[in-house]
Amino acid sequence: MRSKIATLLSITSLCCSIMISSQVYAGDTIKIGSFLAVTGGASFLGDPELKTLQMYIDKLNKEGGVLGKKIELVHYDTGGNPKKAVNFIKRLVKKDRVDVIIGGSTSGTTLAVAPLVKKFKIPMISLAGSIKIIEPTQKWLFKVPHTDRMAAAKVFADMQKRGFTKVALISGSGGFDKSGRTQSLALASKYNIKIVADESYGNKDTDMTAQLTKIRASDAQAILNFGFGKAPAIVTKNIKQLGIKLPIYQSHGVASKKYIELSGDAANGVRLPAAAIVVANELADDDIQKKVTMAYKTQYEAKYDQVSSFGAHAYDALMITIKAIKQAKGVDKKALRTAIERTQNYVGAGGIFNMSADDHMGLKEDSFKLLEIVDGRWQIVN
Amino acid sequence: MSDYILQFLISGITVGSIYALVGLGFTIIYNASDVVNFAQGEFVMIGAMSAVSFSIAGIPLIIAIIMAMMVTVLVGFALNQFAIKPAKGASVVTTIIITIGASIFLRGAALLIWGKDFYSLPAFSGEQPIHIAGATILPQNLWVMGVSVLLVSAVLWFFKYTLLGKAILACSCNRTAAQMVGINVGKMMLLSYGLSAMLGALAGVLIVPITFSSYDAGIMLGLKGFSAAILGGIGNPIGAIVGGLLLGVLESLGAGFISSGYKDAIAFAIILFVLFVRPSGLLGHEHQERV
Repeated sequence: MRSKIATLLSITSLCCSIMISSQVYAGDTIKIGSFLAVTGGASFLGDPELKTLQMYIDKLNKEGGVLGKKIELVHYDTGGNPKKAVNFIKRLVKKDRVDVIIGGSTSGTTLAVAPLVKKFKIPMISLAGSIKIIEPTQKWLFKVPHTDRMAAAKVFADMQKRGFTKVALISGSGGFDKSGRTQSLALASKYNIKIVADESYGNKDTDMTAQLTKIRASDAQAILNFGFGKAPAIVTKNIKQLGIKLPIYQSHGVASKKYIELSGDAANGVRLPAAAIVVANELADDDIQKKVTMAYKTQYEAKYDQVSSFGAHAYDALMITIKAIKQAKGVDKKALRTAIERTQNYVGAGGIFNMSADDHMGLKEDSFKLLEIVDGRWQIVN
Repeated sequence: MSDYILQFLISGITVGSIYALVGLGFTIIYNASDVVNFAQGEFVMIGAMSAVSFSIAGIPLIIAIIMAMMVTVLVGFALNQFAIKPAKGASVVTTIIITIGASIFLRGAALLIWGKDFYSLPAFSGEQPIHIAGATILPQNLWVMGVSVLLVSAVLWFFKYTLLGKAILACSCNRTAAQMVGINVGKMMLLSYGLSAMLGALAGVLIVPITFSSYDAGIMLGLKGFSAAILGGIGNPIGAIVGGLLLGVLESLGAGFISSGYKDAIAFAIILFVLFVRPSGLLGHEHQERV
């Protein structure tokens, strides 16, 4: 009898505690909305981004949440389609009533929702590259990835240091490639560099020797390839095949082990700008980003495949959001927006973020490392 | 200037031989049933990807290639058994649409198996370019060209001189009559899908060191190979080679002399013009409808 009462009591107390805890969390979670290109052509961006968000939100919740509240991720897959992104933003704000938004993966989806973000007055941190997202600055819109202009500037600065004044540009047909080409053409003269050849290729082409033959006949001193995916590896191999001895520069679009693997020996000597996360292992122990990049890399690779800079952008966006929520002591949209804008000295996987009212990204050019491929491995060029 | 043109021509021929090799795969199923198999590009991709997987697993290259071809042949059989055969009696257009559906399915399956990454194989005989009068070519390209020539001869011989080849042709000419003279039409269809898959896989394995491969590589290769086959006259193995080389050279000259951004447009404009003048392709036979 006594034991029966004891069980009964313990059951009631259990019920009570469950009810209390669910009461605390039910009406009182922090809702983070996101719309990413998890499927479709840009899935190489959205897939690691979503995995990163889910992994770290689970981790935070296990550690007790933020300000004693659980975090809930509401996610929609845009497939990279700007029209869908617009619908999802409406749903996130009106139906799901999220407090802050992280996304989208591509510049197209981000720019498509920008007017709505302004209208709904909700803070949003984009994971896309285009400089148009932060120039001109929009009150509610932030972004964390480096811009293509920063990549071009990093490359041109190194070319200037090596005394090159005539450069051949070859770029792909995608949005990333085209935007990179535009920025390169606009920026070159600042570094006393003349673009003497401007060739292009389709991203699914299998051979670029015709374009490179034309570059071989020009008086270029170096080749810059702004591209993405497999095409830059083919360009690199074709350059070697044609016996062109000019130094090769690539963009941050190929900053992955895959590029080295596909290009083989031809990749040796290639220089490119890249985020610190790509070379986390190679960073000096006293590098300010060593700790954060290694921690993210270990966490991610313990669960999934090789780490990419894209997932790292999602990590930075989430951490900046969490910091801002803590600073604002809640999720009041206005206070949260101001807190994000006041992000100072946040050491992230992509660089050191110092945001301000006119800089909604907060990264400086030195957040890119210049790498050279030596014997199939990354080496940081100082 | 002359070494320019030579390099453009050689570039065109190397790309063209890839298109030709893929285009050749379209001929067998077309000859058996008048159907253009839009999953042909996926055969190429599956051949390439499985060869890479077997090779990564430590299997010697030559055995990996044979195993990849067997895998692809099985996929070809499965395509016939589970998608084409149940739609027996469907019109040619319906069957073509089924192959489009199958290609989307195969692409999705490949995405699940291999993910979104690019893969490559080491070149068969090194990567040292061979110099020919100021222009260069890779040994792997010679492999592609050599095997294309061999395969064309083999396919020609198969349709002209073997009973099996003739039986397959008979199925497309008149299904009922073929059945009446004792040809097992169902078996012939199965065989034609298997053979097509094998040709596709071989093409994939040969070109993957040059072009790399990913789950969606079949779309572009299939499209270019199809254009090559149509330009040369679909169903004719020599036509696929002529069409492929012509397409490659047009693209390369277009990129070299006019604009690299418009090279596809230039090539396709010329294809449209050729088909306007000769609707059945350069080497195609005029279709004779018998009443």
